[in-house]
Amino acid sequence: MHGLINRAIQAFAVSTYGAERWRDVMDLAGLGFTEFEAMLIYPDDQSNTMLAAMEQVLERPLPEILEDMGTFLVSNPQVEALRRLLRFGGVNYVEFLHSLDDLPDRARLAVADLHLPALELVEHSPGQFDLICQPGLPGYAYVMMGVLRAMGDDYGDLVILDHRGTQEGAEVISITLVETDFAEGRAFDLGAHSL
Amino acid sequence: MMHIHELTSIADQLCPMHAMVDASGRLVSVGPTLKKLRPDLNWEGKRFFRVFDMARPRWVRSMDDLLQTAGAKLHLQFRDSPQTSLKGVLVPLPQGKGALINLSFGISVLEAVRDYDLTSADFSPTDLTIEMLYLVEAKSAAMEASRQLNLRLQGAKIAAEEQAFTDTLTGLKNRRAMDHILERLIGSGTDFALMHVDLDFFKEVNDSLGHAAGDAVLQNVAKVMVECTRQTDTVARVGGDEFVMLFEGVKEPKVLEALATRLIARLEEPIPYGGRLCKVSASAGTTMSVWNTHPFEAAEILHQADLALYAAKRAGRSRHCFYEQGMQKDEQQAGALADVVQMQKR
Repeated sequence: MHGLINRAIQAFAVSTYGAERWRDVMDLAGLGFTEFEAMLIYPDDQSNTMLAAMEQVLERPLPEILEDMGTFLVSNPQVEALRRLLRFGGVNYVEFLHSLDDLPDRARLAVADLHLPALELVEHSPGQFDLICQPGLPGYAYVMMGVLRAMGDDYGDLVILDHRGTQEGAEVISITLVETDFAEGRAFDLGAHSL
Repeated sequence: MMHIHELTSIADQLCPMHAMVDASGRLVSVGPTLKKLRPDLNWEGKRFFRVFDMARPRWVRSMDDLLQTAGAKLHLQFRDSPQTSLKGVLVPLPQGKGALINLSFGISVLEAVRDYDLTSADFSPTDLTIEMLYLVEAKSAAMEASRQLNLRLQGAKIAAEEQAFTDTLTGLKNRRAMDHILERLIGSGTDFALMHVDLDFFKEVNDSLGHAAGDAVLQNVAKVMVECTRQTDTVARVGGDEFVMLFEGVKEPKVLEALATRLIARLEEPIPYGGRLCKVSASAGTTMSVWNTHPFEAAEILHQADLALYAAKRAGRSRHCFYEQGMQKDEQQAGALADVVQMQKR
C-alpha cells in the first residue's frame, strides 16, 4: 500500500488519539518502525497488520475508524492540500460527485504510483446516487463515506449516506442529496495556494 | 449574415477572455472574464493599444499591423499594473469589420488566479486551466512530501556517518575518521604534526579493577586530551589504549613538547573509581609533516610517530620523543622491550 495512505492513517491516528496511542498501535503491529514515510511503498500485509492492531488498541470497529479518517482527510487543516484537490473536482456537490469517476486518474496525475480503486457514480434520479467502489483497497468504501460526508459539509449541502454492502464484489454507497445550500459551506479560493 | 451581437454572445460562452475590435482598432466588446480583470475600466470605444501593450511581434504598431498577424501567436500585456501578460490570437471579421481577439493567461495563470480572485466559473468548461491548477497543487504537495523524506534521509545519513566516525566509548574520532583526516591533510599539502600516544599501566587498571574501571579511565583520558588541544585539532582513539592526535598548521616543535608534557602530567593525575584510585601515565611520539618531502604516504608518517613513541617507551615511559632520522625498531631490542613491558604489566 502506498506510503501516502499509510501516512494518512498515521496522521489521523496521531491527531485524533495522540502520539502515544499510535506508538501502542505500532508496537502491537510489531513492524519494527513507528513512522510511515509518505513517499515509500509498503507491502500490503504491513498495512493490514497495522490496521488490525489499530482496531485492537482503539477498541473500535475498523469501519467506524476509517469513516472518521475520511472525515479527517477533508476537514483537518493538517491535510488542507487534499481537501483543496478534491474541491477542484467541481463547483458544487453534484459536480464533485461526478468528478469521483476521475479520482483514480487524478490521483495518478499527482503521484504516478498511487493506485486507487475505480469509483463509479450512478445517478438514479436527481439527488439520488449510488457510488460503486471497486475492490483493491480494504476499507476504501468506509473512508469514502467519511470523505463524502465531510465534502457535503464543505459545500454546505445536506447529504444522507448509507453503506449498502457488497454487490458483485464491489461496495456500494447510496447518497441522497437532501438539500443544497443547507448551510454556509467553506470558501474555496482557486488561488489560495501559495506558489 | 450573423449580427455582431449574436457573435459576441457566442464568444462570451466559448472564449470568455475575448475582445472584439472594430476596423479602427477600438474595442467594441470584451468577454466577461477579461472584463473582470479591469472591472473599473470603461472598455467600449477604448483603443485596443491603449489598454494592451504588444510585446511580440514587435513590429505590430497599428490596427493594420494587428490584422496582419491573423492566426499567429500574440504576446501582450496590460499597460497598467498589474501588468499581467497574456497570449492571444486574432481572427479578422468578415467584410473588414474588425477582428475577434481571443486571449488567455498562458503561464501567468497562477498569479492571475490569485491577483484577480478568479473561480472555475471564469473559465470555459473546456478550458484546461482548472486541471492545470489542480496539477500544480498536487505536484507541489507530492514534491513537499518527497522533500520531507529527503530531509529525513539526509539527517539519518549524517547521523550514521557521525556514528561511523566516532568511537562510541569515548566520543573521540575513531581510526577510520583519523585515516580520513590524515589523507586530507596530506592531499591538500597542509603542514601538520602527528602525535601517537600510548597509555602506560592501563592493563594493570583493567586487570586489577575490572573493565568498567578501564572504561572510566579511557573516558577520562579522552576528556583530558580534548581539554589539552584546540577545537581544530583531531583526537582519535585508534586502538585499545592508543590515541593519535593531529595538529593542523603546527610547525613549532617546542609547542608540541610543551603540550605533550602538560598532557602526560594531566594523565598522571589519579582517577577515582569505585572508591579506589586508578593511576595511569602515557608515552608519546611525534613527527611533523615538514620533516618529510612531498609526496609521502600516511603509513610513512604514522610509522615515524610509532618509532618516536617506541623510543619514548624505551627511554623509561611517561615521556615524549620526537622522531629522528635513523630511529628504528631493532627486532632484538623490540623483543627485549616487549619482555620488560610484559613483566611490568604483571
